[in-house]
Amino acid sequence: MSNTLTESGSRGRAGDKVFSGIALFAGCLILFVLFCVAVFLLWQALPTFTADPAEITGGSGFWTYIWPIVIGTLIAAAIALLIATPISIGVALFISHYAPRKLSQGLGYVIDLLAAIPSVVYGAWGMTVLAPALVGPYVWLAENAGWIPIFAGPASQTGKTMLTAGIVLSVMVLPIITSLSREIFLQTPKLHEEAALAMGATRWEMIRMTVFPFARAGIISAIMLGLGRALGETMAVAMVLSGGGLIASLIKSGNQTIAAEIALNFPEAFGLRLAELIAAGLVLFVITLAVNMVARWIVSRHKEFSGAN
Amino acid sequence: MSQTATRTPSPLRKNTLTKNQLPKWAIWAVLAGSLVLGAAVSSLIGFHVVGWALFSAVIFVIAGFLVTLSVEGERKAKDRFASNMIYAAFIVALVPLVSVIWTVLEKGLPGMTSNFLFTSMNGMTGVVDNETVENGTPVLGGAYHGIVGTVLITFWATVISVPVGLLTAVYLVEYSRGGPLSRGITFFVDVMTGIPSIVAGLFAAALFGLIFGPSTRTGFVAAVALSVLMIPVVVRSTEEMLKIVPNELREASYALGVRKWRTIIKVVVPTAISGIASGVTLAIARVIGETAPLLVTAGFVNSINFNAFAGWMTTLPTFIYRQLMNPTSPTNIDPSAQRAWAAALLLILIVMLLNLIARVIARLFAPKTGR
Repeated sequence: MSNTLTESGSRGRAGDKVFSGIALFAGCLILFVLFCVAVFLLWQALPTFTADPAEITGGSGFWTYIWPIVIGTLIAAAIALLIATPISIGVALFISHYAPRKLSQGLGYVIDLLAAIPSVVYGAWGMTVLAPALVGPYVWLAENAGWIPIFAGPASQTGKTMLTAGIVLSVMVLPIITSLSREIFLQTPKLHEEAALAMGATRWEMIRMTVFPFARAGIISAIMLGLGRALGETMAVAMVLSGGGLIASLIKSGNQTIAAEIALNFPEAFGLRLAELIAAGLVLFVITLAVNMVARWIVSRHKEFSGAN
Repeated sequence: MSQTATRTPSPLRKNTLTKNQLPKWAIWAVLAGSLVLGAAVSSLIGFHVVGWALFSAVIFVIAGFLVTLSVEGERKAKDRFASNMIYAAFIVALVPLVSVIWTVLEKGLPGMTSNFLFTSMNGMTGVVDNETVENGTPVLGGAYHGIVGTVLITFWATVISVPVGLLTAVYLVEYSRGGPLSRGITFFVDVMTGIPSIVAGLFAAALFGLIFGPSTRTGFVAAVALSVLMIPVVVRSTEEMLKIVPNELREASYALGVRKWRTIIKVVVPTAISGIASGVTLAIARVIGETAPLLVTAGFVNSINFNAFAGWMTTLPTFIYRQLMNPTSPTNIDPSAQRAWAAALLLILIVMLLNLIARVIARLFAPKTGR
């Protein structure tokens, strides 16, 4: 015995199964893609690890080739974070606690504009505007602070140095750290803030006593996410830095980052060189994956009282 | 005793409430003083507007601290110092933004001609550029091929990412019950947001290199690379939107005997469609400016290519990069620079427009709330 009710019901049930199956498939596809990224990179990079060390660029094996640019990547990211972190936290505080209430949303949008500008435009700006403008300060630094190894002269005459690249990177990570910190600062319980103010605390004391302790985990993870971006950013470094071997001085041309090394050499690469660059990409992937996982882990551990995710 | 009570208060301390407090004009006086002093100091080492602003700011912060310290005490002085530093941070953050936008407008506007928009670089050699500079004629050649490439590659990336991202979000919100699989997907989607764009490009290049032989570069490879970057953004925004659809709507639909999948398609997704659409638009805005993955997946050509599945393709970002790094004419780089900046202006306009559209969609089609 069949009637319209059960008929439509069975068809609907099939639809239910199909739809939930497709949704599940899409979810698993994402995990699969991430897995594939790792596997394919490893697969294509394999020749590098099995090849004769003398054939690798530099002539003494992959690790000798990769470690200077890993260090270069870390230096660039460190400069970017050193500059961007205090400024971003200041800007986030300005938007959440200092600016007039009516303006704050608009100001947040202005900072988000920084994130909307494509990285290649930052690269172009860095190489044509920022680098020439920094030649003067670099020469001054080399003359007056040259005894510090990182400012050892003679300064680059084009301004295309590691410090310039770090400054451009800091502009690019600033909106990320700012918007995440702002979200967290806004979630500080109003009662805590008002209680601190009612006890006679100044605005800065209120921020130090209520906002910062509440937001600490969120700020750390925001910085880690900024670090992930700074490590992987390619174009700004490729266009702003005139690369070379690893050197301590930040105001001479030299140093290189993984991402820029790949972008600059990939179009002409083939054979073993291609495998080398893909292996370099794999190293970068592992580093950023680790940084991001730690950041996300911190966020998820503090999820119940911080809104950052 | 009575003598102290009747003593006239000093004119400085009229009122106990304003005691130990700087008058309102004091901070402006400090500002004016530091501007003058800053001008003096900066003229010692050769006057420059940047130096003037820098010295004045430093002097203002220090002087503000000292003045407040002497009148209002240590706590207020620290508060003043912190406030000034925070205002300074905001101003410093605005400097690069203004500088970038000013540079792009200044250098890009002269190149924004119809010739730039509707011709490609086909046949444009260094000789042509040299002649342009010598004769002072308008710059020839443009970014039409780049515009075509950007539109096609972004289109295919959207076609791949939106269904996958949307369905994953549906799975996470509607079907999963917080099991290890859904927690894993959420976690790795977050992690995927942080994949360096060049690694995504390498992945697509490696994948297609394995299947179609090494150095396979087409627009579609680039689209795959971009969708790796785009999917997590779509998932995150869609997930947030689906989560705020009120449960009452779903329950009302179930109570009428509607199947779960029909509820999702007819009730849940339409309610959240404005948020989803604006999220997708923002995701497009994010990937449209990507350069690094395109360098390694789509190659670079001077001619127009309408076929995303065969042949190399140029996009606006790679066009900018190549014109600046490898000028068409190595001796006369001005025409190339002009084309590059015009393309940068166009790209920024597109991204800003997409951001604006996202905001308008979110506002216009927002579900009616309340009553």
